[in-house]
Amino acid sequence: MTHAFFALIVRDLRLAARIGGGGGMAVFFFLVVVAAVPLGIGPAPDLLARIAPGMLWVALLLSSLLTLDRLFHADYEDGTLDLLAMGRVPLELVVAAKAIGHFLTTGLPLVIAAPLLGLMLNLDVAAFPALMLAMLVGAPALSFLGVIGAGLTVGVRRGGLLASLLVLPFYLPVLIFGVSAARAAMAGFPAGVAGQSLLLLAAVTLVSLVIGPVAAAAALRANLR
Amino acid sequence: MTTSELRLSASDLACERGGRLVFDGLSFAIGSGEALVLTGPNGSGKSSLLRQIAGLLESADGALRVEGGDPELTLAEQTHYLGHLDAAKPAMTVAETLQFWAAWFGGASGAAPAVAAALDGMGLAALADLPVAYLSAGQKRRLALARLLAAPRPLWLLDEPTVGLDTASIARLGLAMQAHLTNGGLIIAATHLDLGLAGARTLRLGAERAA
Repeated sequence: MTHAFFALIVRDLRLAARIGGGGGMAVFFFLVVVAAVPLGIGPAPDLLARIAPGMLWVALLLSSLLTLDRLFHADYEDGTLDLLAMGRVPLELVVAAKAIGHFLTTGLPLVIAAPLLGLMLNLDVAAFPALMLAMLVGAPALSFLGVIGAGLTVGVRRGGLLASLLVLPFYLPVLIFGVSAARAAMAGFPAGVAGQSLLLLAAVTLVSLVIGPVAAAAALRANLR
Repeated sequence: MTTSELRLSASDLACERGGRLVFDGLSFAIGSGEALVLTGPNGSGKSSLLRQIAGLLESADGALRVEGGDPELTLAEQTHYLGHLDAAKPAMTVAETLQFWAAWFGGASGAAPAVAAALDGMGLAALADLPVAYLSAGQKRRLALARLLAAPRPLWLLDEPTVGLDTASIARLGLAMQAHLTNGGLIIAATHLDLGLAGARTLRLGAERAA
């Protein structure tokens, strides 16, 4: 069963690498959003530095939403999902494998690209470690909460918008705690303050690891029947 | 596998799709080494029945009973389902697709020899390194069929298995099905063509409702 679980993750990574619809697209979208912000705001380096953590988090959230709708839909369309449901791996773990694949192809590349884009937004270099750590802790939650929306809209053609609307409220705690962790580090607060936001963010992630697969599997079962 | 012989029986099975009763009062029994061929006009519920057995569709009424088989596995986990869709990704090669399904269905024994044998069995060995995107419809169908050979499961549910296949491939499919039955497998197939299965029983669906 473990073998099948990892086979599914490897298949998803391989597909993402070949089709380029996963990681590559998310990173470029991230880049486009972050590159457009300074142009839109105008020459105000101080303002940019202040809003940089929030902008990076919003961009991360949007790129995550952008890649969600194909997560189950592609497998649903070509009959793969039926067969995945008939394996010995429970549907909850199928969802978990897909979410891990989504994190590895979308969340992780974005976390790695974040410092580079932070420079473009005049973000204080001292805030990089805290921001990256918060993103690394929070990004899995975006994938594991996102699968709920993707699962609910699997039977809907062009369900991306609907999935985004459904998932957005769940994303807000991640956004709030993620930004506040980075802000606290930037403002030079004692480590404990940033740490508190980080712990709350970690709590959101841990809860999502449990709720996401169970809820999404229930949604998929309802959709398959 | 330390399994006793699988036996499947349905009693008074009914199917409802979109508020319309497709069939009801359907009963059949099938045991190890037996084949059941489903016939009937379009829309008589052949595909729906196969999906019900595969656990992909809920029955409106009636019950499916399983005797024997592996007691630790559900019916769906002992079943291969071949639907209308081929479940193959254009970006993956033929061999990769089959390796994945062998790993997915075979549990620990997603072995390379089984994959090679399955490729041979469906005449796909020469295409092993070709991406699925370049396959013809019939070749994709053969890839889907090869999945059944790559990982052993006792019950095969085949929905129009011959669609798109040439005569040589239909013969290969016939051989594979005969071998599966000889090994104690079960086959339920929906088809309009004669599959040439010796001793297969026929279940006609929707005859009385066609009028």
